[in-house]
This record gives sequence, C-alpha cells and structure tokens, in this order.
Amino acid sequence: MITTTHYLILSTLVFSIGVVGVLTRRNIIIIFMSIELMFNAVNINLIAFSSHFQNLNGQVFAIFVITVAAAEAAVGLGILISLFRNKETVNVDQIDLMRG
Amino acid sequence: MDVFFFYTLAAILVVFAVLTVTAGNPVRSAVYLVSALVAVAGLFVLLKAEFLGAVQILVYVGGIMVLFLFVIMLVNVREVESQQKVGPQWKTALILGVVLSAELIFFIVQGTASLDTKLPGQGIVVQAQTQNTESVGRVLYSTYLLPFEIASVLLLVAIVGAVVLAKKEL
Repeated sequence: MITTTHYLILSTLVFSIGVVGVLTRRNIIIIFMSIELMFNAVNINLIAFSSHFQNLNGQVFAIFVITVAAAEAAVGLGILISLFRNKETVNVDQIDLMRG
Repeated sequence: MDVFFFYTLAAILVVFAVLTVTAGNPVRSAVYLVSALVAVAGLFVLLKAEFLGAVQILVYVGGIMVLFLFVIMLVNVREVESQQKVGPQWKTALILGVVLSAELIFFIVQGTASLDTKLPGQGIVVQAQTQNTESVGRVLYSTYLLPFEIASVLLLVAIVGAVVLAKKEL
C-alpha cells in the first residue's frame, strides 16, 4: 500500500539531490537544472497532498508553480546568454564582479 | 499494481536526478533531467492528476528542456568541459544535503499519524463522477480566476524580460 508518506519521502530525496546539485556544481546551466529538480519535488508534494485530502487546490497550485518555473527558466536563461556574451564563461566561480 | 508502478517510477526518478547532478556534460545532464521529469509525470498520473501529468510533459519536457538545450548549444560546451566539475565545498554540501534529507524524512515519518485527521470541510472537493481535467478547469476558471490572470501577466513579463536580456543592444 502506497501512502502519502511515501510520496513525501520521495520528494524529500529529490529536493535534497537538487540542493546538493546547486551547492556543489560550478556550471550555471546545471545549477538551473537542479533548481528545476527542486520545483518538481515541490510539485510532487502538492499533488500528493491534493490526492490525500481529495482537494483540487493543490493541483491548481502546482499549475501555478509550473508557470512560475517556466517564467524563471526563460528569464534565467536570458540572463545566462547575456552573461556569457559579456564574460565568456558559465562557471559561477568566475562570475565575481561584485567581489570587493 | 500501484506499489510496483510507484517503486519503479521512484527508482527512475531518484537515479536520473542523481545522474543529472553528477553528469559532466550539460547536454547529458539535460537528457537525464528529461527522463526524471517524465518519471515525475508518471507519478502525477499515479496520483490521479492526469491533467498535470500531461502539462508536465508538454511544458517541462517539450518547452523548458528544449529551451535549456538551445542555451547549451548557444554557449560553448567545449570550454565548459575543460573546467573542474565541482567547487571546493562539495564535501560540506554533500553532508548538508544528507543531513537535510535525514531531518526532513525523520519529521515526515514522525508526522505520519497527523495525516489521518481530516480537515474541516472547506475547499474544493473532488467530484467522483467528473474527469480530472474538467474539475481542474472548473476550479481554475472560478475560484482561481484572478491568480490565473496574474500568471498570464507574469508570463508576458517573462517573455519581454527574456527578449530584452538576450538582445545584443537595445
């Protein structure tokens, strides 16, 4: 029998993998992909609770999360393109203009 | 049957999530992420959210990941590969990740009992006789009409912002 707790634990694992990806990787594109992974973990949580409580609010909220994720990806990749044009790098360690 | 599908999809999801984070080449990372997102869509279908499963494949796999692959092609991948993969803080980050997931799983397991209590009868209850897509559409266009319109404005802002940012000179 698969309970809501199973889904919550799975989403926890995926979220943690995303966190580790953001913290360890130096390639900004892979950091973006890790963020998408975390968005999906959140969506699994929302849908699991929606199914648990037989309530559609969670599914509607997941649609909004997907919308925001799409907007974030578009703007983030636009920033990445202009950054690459100026700095010729996708390594976050070399993007240190704000360092004093 | 549910149990089999859940564990298969969960295994696919976790394995491909780990591969996404550890792959050296961003293109491989993107392909692994596509597999992970398809597994997430399968989990949505398993949770009886068929509409969101379809949206997940259309928007994530069809839209966002194609965008990612375009950007990977635009920036120079060869230059990326020669650089070191992970920063010096990877050990700390790994320990933090393990501690975070252990902590969350501990509290989720502790709180399992509280999931059995039913919330007071508020919110939109799923009607058994209507399809998932129909009921989601009804809720989206009635209760959540204003947030829905705001989301469309947000998408417009994102389109304009992405064009402005990626343009060579204004």
